Amino acid sequence: MITLGHYITVAAILFTIGVLGIFLNRRNVILMLMAIELILLAVNINLVAFSAYLGDLTGQVLAMFVLTVAAAEAAIGLAILVIFFRRRGSIAVDDVNRMHG
Amino acid sequence: MISIIAFYLFATLTILPALAVIFARNPVHSVLWLIVAFFNAAGLMLLVGAEFIAMLVVIVYVGAVAVLFLFVVMMLDIDFAQLRRGFTANLPFGIIVALVLLAEIFVALFAHQAGPAFASNQVATVSQPNIVALGQLLYSRYLFAFELAGLILLVAMVGAIVLTHRSRGDLRTPKVWRQNRRRPDEAIRMLDPAVGEGVKL
Repeated sequence: MITLGHYITVAAILFTIGVLGIFLNRRNVILMLMAIELILLAVNINLVAFSAYLGDLTGQVLAMFVLTVAAAEAAIGLAILVIFFRRRGSIAVDDVNRMHG
Repeated sequence: MISIIAFYLFATLTILPALAVIFARNPVHSVLWLIVAFFNAAGLMLLVGAEFIAMLVVIVYVGAVAVLFLFVVMMLDIDFAQLRRGFTANLPFGIIVALVLLAEIFVALFAHQAGPAFASNQVATVSQPNIVALGQLLYSRYLFAFELAGLILLVAMVGAIVLTHRSRGDLRTPKVWRQNRRRPDEAIRMLDPAVGEGVKL
């Protein structure tokens, strides 16, 4: 029988993979953004699982808002990435501290 | 029985591609693995009856976000081998942090006795479809938050366009103010003069 614990386990592993991805790919902003998407996906799985097991639809409404924010964040992040690449010819985030405001 | 098999299939196919996303050498492969993970996460959501969110994950994540990532990865000419420097240096520390985080989450998982107990395996009363119930909730109780989400999307769209739009110097666009200031007496007119009347000497 599939219980809530199974879902929380999957979401926890997914969340941890996302955090690990941010740590490992410190220089590659694109992979960092993908790792953030993984983290938000884990959050969504948690919200949906709790919503289903508590019989309350509020979790699914919240999951929809998380989805909205994730889409907006990806769009803005990639736009910033594109102009950063246009200015510097590289996306290594080690150099970001040279932007000087 | 079939739901248990489906759960383990979807869970495995969510977690393994997620690992492949962060360990793949080629970012294009990363994006493709991300798409696999999104599809199977949608399957996981489908298993608990959240049909609308599952379809939304497929439409928004796979259809929009992953394609956006794919566009950017393929559009920018990036030296990815150079970006991977420091990957192995960060590996031990990153794995330690990840293990600590995972352990913390599992400790928190078993602390649920502190709060109200889970309604374990409580079957939600299926009086109306998931989408109908969600729509009624969205347009009544969460109307303000729903409109706010739309506003966030609008701001993100305008922001992304403003950030990436650049005005090229060699582009000739009509100047509206100059066209509005034109008067008939300074305009060129088309005439059809008869023979011998076109030029006055």
